[in-house]
Formats: sequence, structure tokens, C-alpha cells
Amino acid sequence: MTTTDLSHTPLSQEESEEAQRYFSASQFQLIWWRFRKRRLAQTGALILLVLAFVGLFAEFFNPYGGTTRISDAILVSPQIPRFCNDAGCTLRPFVPGVVSKRNEETLRMETVMDPSVRRDIYFFVKGEPYKLLGFIEMDTHLFGLKEGAINLFGTDSMGRDLFSRLLLATRTSLSIGIVGVIIAFVLALIIGGIAGYFGGWTDYAIQRLTEIVRVVPVIPLYMGLAAAFPKEWSSTQVYFAMTLILALVGWPTLARRIRGKLLSLRGEDYVIAARLSGAGSSRIIGRHLLPAFMSYIIVDLVISFPYMLLSETALSFIGLGLRPPTVSWGVLLQDAQTVRAIEQAPWLFIPALFVVVAVLSFTVLGDGLRDAADPYQVSD
Amino acid sequence: MSKPLLEIKDLKVYFPIRSKNLFGGVTKYVKAVDGVSFHIEKGETLGLVGESGSGKTTVGRSILRAIEPTEGQVTYNLDGDAVDLAKLSDKEMRGFRKYMQLIFQDPYSSLNPRMTVRDIIAEPLVAQNLAKGDEVDERVREAAAYCKLNLEYLRRFPHAFSGGQRQRIGIARALISRPEFIVCDESVSALDVSIQAEILNLLMDLQAEFGFSYLFIAHDLSVVAHISKRVAVMYLGQFVELAPTKDLFLSPKHPYTEALMSAIPEVNPDIEMAPVHLEGEIPSPINPPSGCRFHTRCPYTQDICKTKIPEWKEINPGHFAACHFVDTLHLKGVEMPNSEDAN
Repeated sequence: MTTTDLSHTPLSQEESEEAQRYFSASQFQLIWWRFRKRRLAQTGALILLVLAFVGLFAEFFNPYGGTTRISDAILVSPQIPRFCNDAGCTLRPFVPGVVSKRNEETLRMETVMDPSVRRDIYFFVKGEPYKLLGFIEMDTHLFGLKEGAINLFGTDSMGRDLFSRLLLATRTSLSIGIVGVIIAFVLALIIGGIAGYFGGWTDYAIQRLTEIVRVVPVIPLYMGLAAAFPKEWSSTQVYFAMTLILALVGWPTLARRIRGKLLSLRGEDYVIAARLSGAGSSRIIGRHLLPAFMSYIIVDLVISFPYMLLSETALSFIGLGLRPPTVSWGVLLQDAQTVRAIEQAPWLFIPALFVVVAVLSFTVLGDGLRDAADPYQVSD
Repeated sequence: MSKPLLEIKDLKVYFPIRSKNLFGGVTKYVKAVDGVSFHIEKGETLGLVGESGSGKTTVGRSILRAIEPTEGQVTYNLDGDAVDLAKLSDKEMRGFRKYMQLIFQDPYSSLNPRMTVRDIIAEPLVAQNLAKGDEVDERVREAAAYCKLNLEYLRRFPHAFSGGQRQRIGIARALISRPEFIVCDESVSALDVSIQAEILNLLMDLQAEFGFSYLFIAHDLSVVAHISKRVAVMYLGQFVELAPTKDLFLSPKHPYTEALMSAIPEVNPDIEMAPVHLEGEIPSPINPPSGCRFHTRCPYTQDICKTKIPEWKEINPGHFAACHFVDTLHLKGVEMPNSEDAN
């Protein structure tokens, strides 16, 4: 480990208040100060926080439920709120009305905007009843119309509001990632921890086992496991089975890193010093080893999120993961598989945009955290 | 003369090398320390010198049981009761830790960057339950004061300090449990020369105050001469010479010691240095040379050296060496560096 003397000022001199603060700053303060300088990582964190918040309270931000079908609104293109039309401008935003019309060339029923109809958007309107967080009964929605329907991101081929479904999917996809990462992490911590702390034969056996799990090709493994789900399972059961699969595939990488970190820490001078001071195993683990790799673990977790998200999305996309009526980003993208979607309803690709933004946010956040995580190593 | 504080007899530390194949057992050993015997008096400083890879650090650490000794006795005289440290269980050893401490070479890696200076210094007290509550703080302040650390700094973290100050923190940690025996493992070699002198003087002051016994490991002879009463020279896991500091410097009896001495830089530029050049590297401790281990590099080597292991003999009172030609060779010594300080 290369450590660098961060203070070159002799301590006997008069010290500024800032220097005083720096000298008595704890590890987490130092990490925080360094993280604050990383705008990109902060942006990523902010986007993720907004996504998580909106997903958590999806029912409130949604004008409609996830499975509510709006009749006469098949494949409506996104309605963008506006303040002006031919009649003039108002302070209240509105969306143009929607009418069904038969296309004279294809003879298919189509929905088109009717700019002459003005549907005002109201805030905190009463709408479909729902349970916030699963137990608070409410019927107030953030926004909605008094008559007609509002579809910010358009609707799908069954007339369901894509915006509403997308927010619900955000919750499913993020939570499946979080639960998956947590399960993988607990597994990795136990397995990697045992290997790293005890070493020797235990380490050897666990290492070989991890390698075996790592070399199994991921897609066939996913397919095999997913095919094993009984058809009669409820969507909740499938959901938990999915998190387990993701975790079972994700732990080896994490376990390896935890083992490696523990092995290198065990030989650190200050750990030997603690042992020579008469400290027992629990004190060495609690006071010296865990704090030393806590920051790495947080970074590792953040970095492994995108893999979980992408795996879930990919599996659901090819129809092996979550199944309707559960909505996740992957399930939503299933609708975008057809040529008709590309041609007639490109807005069905909006969920892909969310996947990209979320994965990018996790990546830049993880990058920034990694740079900030070891304040005793000068990396820039 | 009372019993020495510490008596080491035939200490051996072997590290097994496992073969590369899947079920391979132990086939070879790195003989890092191969039969070393010496004693340390109460309140005395024994210097231990030798080049990198000679096993000095392993000797120091195996006495403290930071590394498990393979064989041999480490007898510690605790108020008249002799205890063999090498045979204690880990748990029993923990009870002994308060009597012996280690001061590390690298003042950067030996302090946990995530603990305040106060917590670092207090660790031996807290870990062994030697003090509680306010007494901990009181003793931390006392130890810090002895090491000339500003008490204001106790709330700070190690990243606020320079190398010399960090080493003082390490020394404060070593002395807080009021040990009797301290191993200084190259404790000044990572520091600037001016800081080295400060730390050496601090160590000697503390010795005068508390009567510590030091095992002072170094590769710099002038540093060792400054602080030690006796000096042992180590080569490839074994002692080649052990003598009172003055005798060792003025009339070395082993060719390896002579070579080390001749490498001490001369302060006066008019005096021409004539270092004895040693050929090659230190041989591998896995397969040490037969006979005298030094024969591959010794300028005076003869046939007997290749086959017969030289005896560890007392030549003058307290002056031991292991060489077939101790009586016939006339080796060149040096003026004692800093001779006025040596005792």
C-alpha cells in the first residue's frame, strides 16, 4: 500500500482552522470531502435518488394504475403538456385531446391528436384508489385530467398508460437489483470472509468452488434456472426466485474481492501491531479489518448494481424472467420487440432510456466513490 | 549476576514451501532462522545487524510470537519465574503481551489510519483491559508526554503527522503497557538522518527512565553502535559474531563483520575507504551452502570452510564468533562511530 504524507506543514507552526479540521477528520469525513469534488458522481447519485423516490411512491406520481386500460387509446403517441394553442396561452398546462380515426390507406383504427380540443391538467386530483407503500389508502394523484386521458409517454397496444407502467417498473427493477445485490453480498461476505480469514485448505477449497461457479456460462444457467420456475407460481414468487438467481450468479466476483482484501489486510503492520498489543480476534476484525474494507465494499456493491439491473432486464426481455402482470423494465421492453413497435410506436423504447440512464448513473457513482473511498491513497 | 531477562536457545524458524501441484505436501523449507542462541540482560540494548534476508526481523518477531517459532526455547524471566514463551498457547501469550512490545520499521503502515492517535496509543490498555475509563486517558497523556507529543494532537488521525511524529506515536503505543522488553525492528531506518538521531535519543531516554531492554534490529552499523551495549551479527539465519560493541568494532573476528565494517562511510573525505567487496548475493536460505555458510563470499575461504561447520566459540570474554580461523586472521576494525556515546 502506498501511503503518502498528506501534511507537509510542520505541526509546531500556527495552523489555520481548515488545517485543524483536516487533521482531526475521520475516514468518512475525508471520503465525503473528496466525493463532494466529483460532480459527475454526484449527478449520478442524484438521478438514482430521484428514480428510487419516484419508484417508491409510484402510485402517487402515476395518473393511472399499471394495468388500467384506457378504451379508445390504443398506441397513443406521447402527449406533451403545453401552455399555448391557436386560441392563445394560459398558465395552466394542457394536453391536446385524442380521437380515434380509421386510416384510409391501411384501414386500421388509429388514434390521432386533435389540437382543437384542450384538456387541462390539474394537480392533486382524485383518481383511482390505491395503497401507498402497500398500506396507506389514498386516491389523490399528483396530476390528472378531469375528462379524457393523459398519456405523457403514450400508451401500449392494449391502451395502458406507459408513464404509469414505467414508474411501477422502476420500482420493480431497482428493488430486484437491491435485493439481489444484498443477497449476493451476504453470501460473498460469509464465503469470502471464511476463505480470507482462515486461509490454507479452507481457502483452497472455496477458491476452486468459486472458480467452478464463475466459469459456468451465464445465459444457459439463467435459462435453466428460469425454466425451472413452475408455471403456477405467483408473480411474487417469481420475483423472489429472480432475485435469488441473480444473487447466486453474482456472488463469486464479490467473494473473490473480499477474500483478496482480507488477505492483504491481515498482513498489514497495524493489524500485527493490534495482535501484539493483545487484541483478540473480535477486536481485530471489528476495529481494524472491517473499517478498513467497509469503503471498498460499498464501492463494490454500487459497481455490481448495473450487472444485476442488466441481467434482470435481459432475462425479462427474452421472456425468462418476470412475467406480466408484474412490470419491470425488461417486461416493458418485451412490447418493443415487434417491427410494428419500431415502425408505429417508437415511444415503447422509452424504458430502454431509463435502463441506460440508471446503469450510467450507477457506473459514474461507483467510479466517483472508488476514487473517494481510500482517502489515504492519493489517486489524483 | 542475576538471571538475564530473556534467554533464547537454539531458536529455529522454518517457513514451509508447498509444491505447486494440487495435492503437493511440504517439500522444502525456507530456513529463515536456523539455530540462534543469545540472551538479553535487564535494561540492556542488544543490537542485531545483518543484510536484508539474513533473518533479523524473523528473530525479533518470533520472540514476540508474531511469527511462530519452529523450534527452540525463548525463556522469559518474569520476576524470577522462568517462562518458555515458545510453548505458551495463544491465549496464555495474550496475557504476556503487556510485558513485551514491538516498534515497527514503517511509521506509515503501522498506525491504523482510521483511528485517532489517542485510540492508537490506548490500544494495548483497552485490548487487554489493563485500564478503564479516565485512567486510560490519563495514561495516554502520560505516554504521549514521554514521547514529546503535543497533547493537542491526540484527537487527530495519523494522516496529520510526519514520519518522525508517527514513529513517536508508535513508541508511545509500545510503552503505554509499561513493558520490560521492546523489539525495535529497524525502527529508525525509514526516517531522515536528523529525525533518526531524535528517535534514538528518545529511545535511550526512555530506557534510562523505565529500564527497558531493547533488541535493536538494524542494518546500519553506526546507528547500532550509538545505542547498543552488545552487537550480534547475523548471516543467513545464523549468528556469525556477538560481542560488546567496542570489541566488535575495533577487532572483528569474523570476515563478514569486517566486510560490514568496511562499508561504513567515512566522514573525513581525506581518508581513503577500502571496502571489502563481497562477491554476489546472499545465498538462498532454502539451500544454504554446506560447511560455513559464508564460504561462498568470504575473501579468506579455504577448503575446510566448504565441508566443516565452524564452531560458535568464545574468543575473549563475551566475544563469540563462528569461524575456523578466528585465531589466525587479522581483520581490520574501525574507529567506533559516535564513540563518545557508546557505553
